[in-house]
Amino acid sequence: MTNGWIDIKNTDMMLIMGGNPAENHPCGFKWPIEAKLQRNAKMIVVDPRFTRTAASADLFLQIRAGADIAFLGGLINYAIENGRIAHDYVVNYTNAAFIVKEGFKLPDDGLYSGFDPSTQIYDKSTWNYQEGGNMTGHAGTEASTGTAGASAGSAANLGYAAQGPAGVNGAGTAASKPAAPAILPPNVAYDLSLQHPRSVFQLLKTQYSRYTPEMVERITGIPKDQFLKAADLFTSIRKDGDMTKAGTIIYAVGWTQHTFGTQIIRTAAMLQLLLGNVGRAGGGVNALRGHSNIQGATDMAGVFDILPGYLKMPNPDDADLATFLKRTTPTSSKPGEWDSYNYWSNTPKFAVSFLKAMYGDAAKKENDWAFHYLPKIDRNHAWTQIWDDMYAGHIKGMFAIGMNGVQIGPNTKKNIEALKKADWLVVGEIYPDETSEFWKAPGTTGDEMKKIQTTVYRLPCAGFAEKDGNFVNSARWLQWKNVALPPPGEARLDQDILAQVFLKVRELYQKEGGKFPDPILNARWPYTQPRNPSLAEVAREINGQALADVTDPATGTVIKAGQQLPGFAFLRDDGSTLCGNWLYSGSWTEAGNMTARRGTEDPSGLGIYPNWGWSWPANRRVMYNRASCDPSGKPWDAERRQIWWNEAGGRWVGNDVPDFKVDSKPSDHMGPFIMNPEGIGRLFAPLAAFAEGPFPEHYEPIESPLLNPLHPKQSNNPVVRRMKTDLDKFGAPDQGFTIVCTTYRLTEHYHYWTKNNPMNVQLVPEPFVEIPHDLANDLGIKGGDKVKVTSARASYVAKAMVTQRIKPMLIDGKKTYQIGIPIHWGYRGIAEDEGITALTGVNLLSPTVVDPNAYTPEFKGFLVKLEKA
Amino acid sequence: MPTGMLQIRAISAHPGGVPGRGVQREEEVCKYIDVTTCIGCKACEVACVEWNDMPFQQTTFDNTYQTMPATQWNYWNLIKFHEHQRDDGTQMWLMRKDQCMHCEDPGCLRACPADGAIVQYTNGIVDFQQENCIGCQYCVSGCPFDIPKFNSATKKVYKCTLCSDRVGQGLEPACIKSCPTGCLKFGTKSDMRALADARAKQLRDHSGFPNAGVYDPPSIGGTHVIYVLHDITKPELYGGLPANPQIPPTFTVWKRFAKPIALVLSLFAAPVAFFHYVSQGPKEPQPPPGLGGPGPSPGIGAKPAPGGADRVSE
Repeated sequence: MTNGWIDIKNTDMMLIMGGNPAENHPCGFKWPIEAKLQRNAKMIVVDPRFTRTAASADLFLQIRAGADIAFLGGLINYAIENGRIAHDYVVNYTNAAFIVKEGFKLPDDGLYSGFDPSTQIYDKSTWNYQEGGNMTGHAGTEASTGTAGASAGSAANLGYAAQGPAGVNGAGTAASKPAAPAILPPNVAYDLSLQHPRSVFQLLKTQYSRYTPEMVERITGIPKDQFLKAADLFTSIRKDGDMTKAGTIIYAVGWTQHTFGTQIIRTAAMLQLLLGNVGRAGGGVNALRGHSNIQGATDMAGVFDILPGYLKMPNPDDADLATFLKRTTPTSSKPGEWDSYNYWSNTPKFAVSFLKAMYGDAAKKENDWAFHYLPKIDRNHAWTQIWDDMYAGHIKGMFAIGMNGVQIGPNTKKNIEALKKADWLVVGEIYPDETSEFWKAPGTTGDEMKKIQTTVYRLPCAGFAEKDGNFVNSARWLQWKNVALPPPGEARLDQDILAQVFLKVRELYQKEGGKFPDPILNARWPYTQPRNPSLAEVAREINGQALADVTDPATGTVIKAGQQLPGFAFLRDDGSTLCGNWLYSGSWTEAGNMTARRGTEDPSGLGIYPNWGWSWPANRRVMYNRASCDPSGKPWDAERRQIWWNEAGGRWVGNDVPDFKVDSKPSDHMGPFIMNPEGIGRLFAPLAAFAEGPFPEHYEPIESPLLNPLHPKQSNNPVVRRMKTDLDKFGAPDQGFTIVCTTYRLTEHYHYWTKNNPMNVQLVPEPFVEIPHDLANDLGIKGGDKVKVTSARASYVAKAMVTQRIKPMLIDGKKTYQIGIPIHWGYRGIAEDEGITALTGVNLLSPTVVDPNAYTPEFKGFLVKLEKA
Repeated sequence: MPTGMLQIRAISAHPGGVPGRGVQREEEVCKYIDVTTCIGCKACEVACVEWNDMPFQQTTFDNTYQTMPATQWNYWNLIKFHEHQRDDGTQMWLMRKDQCMHCEDPGCLRACPADGAIVQYTNGIVDFQQENCIGCQYCVSGCPFDIPKFNSATKKVYKCTLCSDRVGQGLEPACIKSCPTGCLKFGTKSDMRALADARAKQLRDHSGFPNAGVYDPPSIGGTHVIYVLHDITKPELYGGLPANPQIPPTFTVWKRFAKPIALVLSLFAAPVAFFHYVSQGPKEPQPPPGLGGPGPSPGIGAKPAPGGADRVSE
């Protein structure tokens, strides 16, 4: 979330889409309700089904799963056409005025400039700004097309993996690299009148002028009049140039789980920038995280292509630390008259401090701070790739702790078959689950079981109430929790299991050596009880400590060697600090555990609660909050003042921690989006920021009932690749797969856990398939009948829930049905063990095909057939 | 020290206000249920089951999100789900928390022939005292809301107590405490009614529900559980909430007219009764099986005995 849960109470307008917070975040949903009760805020819900969230909405629109970009693009078009945009905000806080390089082409035919069909990779060199200066008032006159400046290493988001869709299939290798990676120009050409034909604003306008209400209706199935009603309502906050109101967009995995999921979220971000809603109380783009600590898992790099704190992972071309830092540290790129904080310019301090936390005394200036110990990613190692590699026989063993691998990913059958080929599997869980019992998945015969050679180790683990440590919530708050009770029986804490495995591996390396023992032998392991490290000690290490006396040049504050650091401003790249994750620096200081604070003071009444827990970064509750003020430093809305410029003090002050250089005066025109090298919000995402283009374009899901009405010849996302094993099958309408299927979660259950808890099972006892009333009539299905859902990959059997809450839709003029299936059942659990279910998991149906930026599988919107079982 | 008379004014390290603060037990209490902000999450169902130590039971999928068709002797709080299409074609999904309404004029109490089996506190809570219940089930027919439920194993009738055990200690009922959206609130009847009226007005003025109103039916003197409904003219849509709940005339007539007459008539029956008593012994409340026979009375808020229903799993 850019903002936070409580902040939603400050909003005037909500668009809830790609998420179902009433069902999946019921506790957080009190804040949308609060906004309705206290501010008469309006709630628009857009979803393939009429959900329990929709039941609270002022306006509900039923959308076809996977048509979100068309809807949001339509909103952008509507806002521009009707003058419902925040003009001053757009000119000053976004790159609307920036001029794009010549040769850049919009995707009228579904493709941006630079596509190579043979490799499915874009040459992104035209996806860049033009070098230049102030071209305001020179609309249409061509300045010389300056090429990228020769500044030191740049390209903000040039992650190696993002260079192209680096082989998502088994044999995939890194994309062939451009000879010299393009970089952003330091001195960007711009036109503050926004009239230049190659200004970002004009290109954006042209791009979304194709997303007319008629086109939105054809793609999404939302009738034009309903779309216009929603568009008018959502943009009404900017009616007649009013800047006081704020609108929020709230989403969850209904947006991420598509082969264009990242781009859906980007479209939302662009819409919010156009409306001037980012950085403001009651605004923002707010991702609702689905697990109690999934935000923490991401922050701490539970993803293959980042290091903690979103540092880039090294790649094989990073011969040394300097090369790596040059590649990953951006230099600012902006209009010459403007200023850019470019906070990622501190990357070397974060990276060296991280290496000191990893390797301690073994990380020395002479050995490049042990940079060569870090693994280098040569290709995609995302979730689906791991299973594909195991299915191909390349991965021989797996630790599955805190997740039910067979069930979570798409294409369950492939996951089960992959595990059969592994030598060993370790499962750490609190229940017997489908992963630890993959070898007796339904349909496996006795003879087949005898042939499975995988050794399975089942480790009883501690549950969440049996561990202390931090949960990081959607609002980026770290909240320390205490142990409620000890783990039962032989169950052990996760950190004990991991520590003891590590110590054993280290012992083996000590005894037997190995190809590269140094990173293991030299890993820093300073914990008082090495076999049972306390999470408090780990949290202190993550926060960071001074290894020598460190002085803050701004304040003169000295942190003594051995002390906890007060925040990331103290991090150094000379080895005098260590820090496990720069974003969490400030969470456990000399004053103690900030995350355990429980202060309930809220002086501003904005729900900031500065003394409750600790929010990254720097205990800041709303990110980019400089944008809550106009260019002169005055809050857009006097009623909801977050920060403001104090002329007398020469500083930014306020109710929240300023997300800004505190002494940068408004006349310096420093951009509020300090994490971008431009300092502004990106309507146009240059270079390699995204795999498929600088502006989002609607593409159809890989399995779609129709060809893309915008460009039938390029129906799908051009850079998405399909896996190629015999178990990766894809269905099409002409094979009879005509029904759009989506998957989701219920309030009453939590993933694949609570099917083991009698209370949850009592509330919703067995799996079901939600079927539109009309479709059920067509097929002679009554509520409670057993039905079989079949995709190109497998079949799924459960009872029918016949409902009026999913209506038939007209998609490009053709009657189209959607069905929905909750995910919570498999082949182990109370209902399963009692034999009252068909023992089929819903992900038997879903395809292994992923978003090319985030590698999230397309669980929403694939094709199926439906029949009576 | 008995804490039943103590009222909590402040709680250490507790976010927000004091639950139930300002509720004087001599005043009438009330549960406020804003159906328009209920999200059907069933937290109140779980809280009710857990606070009252109810056994788990096996349920069956029945083409609905609703946990079971109706409340049961051991399931006092049930959200009723109903899909509804408005005349303009827009969809609604109504979710109403069903439980005892704690009527000002309780039909169950009027119907009950057993001394002390049903009491109404001065704060308005209607409570069943199972130790005095003779299992005749007249209360079941006396209730206009189909709330009291008979347990054939214990031969007693049970229903929501409005957490009289918690309210007696100055706490809010368990369902209220568990509600994540705040659609459930608890306080004095006048406060809750004012809150409900204001919410209904907001729905009429700002949310396009011109018929929004408060369900507090005067036909039974009002209730100590009130609902804010999107459409007060159609309460039946909300899981069969009666528009004009009535206590069956049998019981009103019984209390007002028939009972005094019968009392006189019964004088003539006294000799007959005497002989019956001598020969058969008295009709007494039966202790629930499994509690080890006669013993100290469980008293207000005692947990009903588990049993009679299977656990879903061990």
